[in-house]
Amino acid sequence: MVQFLDFEKPLLDLQAKVEELRAAEASGADIAEKDIAGEIDRLEIRMARVARLLYRDLSPVQIMQVARHPERPQGADYVKALVEGFVPLAGDRRYGDDQAMLAGVGKWLGQTPCVVCAIDKGKTTAERIARNFGMPKPEGYRKAQRLMRMADRLGLPIVTLVDTPGAYPGVDAEERGQGQAIAESLDVLMQVKVPVVSVITGEGGSGGALALAAADRVLMLEHGIYSVISPEGCAAILWKEANKDTIHAAATALKLTAKDLLEHKVIDGIIDEPVGGAQRDAALAMKRVGKAVAAQLAEVAKANGGAEARRGRFLGIL
Amino acid sequence: MNWLTDLVKPGLKTTVKRGVSADIWEKCPGCGELLYEADLPQSLYVCGACGHHLRWGIDARLAHLLDAKSMKAVEVPEIADDPLGFRDRKKYKDRLKDARKGGVRDAFRVVRGAVEGHPLVVVALDFDFMAGSMSRAVGQAVVVAAQTALADKVPLLCITASGGARMQEGTLSLMQMARTTAAIVALKEAGLPYLTLLCDPTTGGVTASFAMQGDVHMAEPGALIGFAGPRVIEQTIRQTLPEGFQRAEYLLEHGMVDMVVPRKEQRDVLGRLLAVVVSGINRR
Repeated sequence: MVQFLDFEKPLLDLQAKVEELRAAEASGADIAEKDIAGEIDRLEIRMARVARLLYRDLSPVQIMQVARHPERPQGADYVKALVEGFVPLAGDRRYGDDQAMLAGVGKWLGQTPCVVCAIDKGKTTAERIARNFGMPKPEGYRKAQRLMRMADRLGLPIVTLVDTPGAYPGVDAEERGQGQAIAESLDVLMQVKVPVVSVITGEGGSGGALALAAADRVLMLEHGIYSVISPEGCAAILWKEANKDTIHAAATALKLTAKDLLEHKVIDGIIDEPVGGAQRDAALAMKRVGKAVAAQLAEVAKANGGAEARRGRFLGIL
Repeated sequence: MNWLTDLVKPGLKTTVKRGVSADIWEKCPGCGELLYEADLPQSLYVCGACGHHLRWGIDARLAHLLDAKSMKAVEVPEIADDPLGFRDRKKYKDRLKDARKGGVRDAFRVVRGAVEGHPLVVVALDFDFMAGSMSRAVGQAVVVAAQTALADKVPLLCITASGGARMQEGTLSLMQMARTTAAIVALKEAGLPYLTLLCDPTTGGVTASFAMQGDVHMAEPGALIGFAGPRVIEQTIRQTLPEGFQRAEYLLEHGMVDMVVPRKEQRDVLGRLLAVVVSGINRR
């Protein structure tokens, strides 16, 4: 069962009722005149309706909460579900291996041989610590660069899956040139001739996300966010204080939702999520991502615009 | 009391007193020495006592760096303001209006010029305009500068001083990192040199794009250069940062810049570099 967000309280209440009934049913309590199974069915139908209503009109802050939901499918889940025969490759050949950056080769939906770079936040506490909560360090970006250069040489398209609060802001990352690492990722992405398709699956945190998303096509999940700064950070700087109200104001002003970004041509398409968010039906969400990426890969390959077309795409964003 | 103190001391006292209130003295952030404002242009805004490089207005910097009378502005097409209709405690439009009171349109200059006789295009970020932050207009300036250098077949120099992305332009500001990279990659592919001069401070999206893509990175002594700002890092690691962290000398030690060059030597070093790196262009 998924974790409920604060604005999902009506769903949580319904879920509690369902569980109460189930417990009663299991204990065989003598409430036979009531049709328990029928009542559960009715409640579940109502839950679906409430979820649809709640998710139809989420505020930017609510979307941000969904984008960060710990039970959303992670980079590793997507790779497992969508990349057949995946062989992970490790290391940047300079310093180390960054587990936040899952990268390797395989066949997209069992059909298109490709290089995949996916940021993974991890699920258990141990995994999350090992992956630095999905915040890549320079060695992560340099591993991705190495694989992208290889993809270019071998004529393999590149798929990147982006879900990060941002590049890691720490002493060791600065020491090894976090800024230079991101700058070089952009440089590589503006040079490779093979198709590059990116999906912002959850959080697109600033330069740390763009370093993988300077692609021919950029797709976004319906409840993803993509922003130059976190609403918390923006509120702290421009409103001088990060509280509930200023974070809400910042999230709204930053225009960080998929809908806003499509309008400003920052992204090329939105992938619909299952009702109640990708965390409620990961398999369906991932299936849609698989199909959308496959379609874009085919389109970009057909257009055959190489690096020039990609440069043109970004030069055109004003 | 002797003749010297009789003569000088009362005078000094009044000067200092009047000076601080009338803004004709500036305190050196490096050593605390009081520097006479009128002397600062002559000393290129470098403290005579400790060598600290104070922040220096971009126009004076360009005038010093480029050969006399060589400088000519390159026109950068205007783009509409405020794409998101952004408002924090103040409207972005009003912030722009305030920032423009000095007659500057946005945080950049693009010029053609020459250094020691070598022609080049320079794009410089203006920290005095909204902390040199990267708006779409700034991105546009870098793109136009790169394209001008490419058309002229001359090197491009980028002088940076920036707090990073312009938050008020949201993800469109972020996109400038990729936009500017696209233009610089094209310049490099054409076999033209790209040089950067990193000044205090150079951070965020500017560091993570065109500031760190140079063939040669020059940095000014003591300049803060990094991706994440020191306050963000301190909050992340919950520790005070070591002295000198993210300063130009630290970057030199860690292999991120080629050299740390004091202001008075920059012209000369740049001239010598250009003399060599342009020799290949003409042979092509």
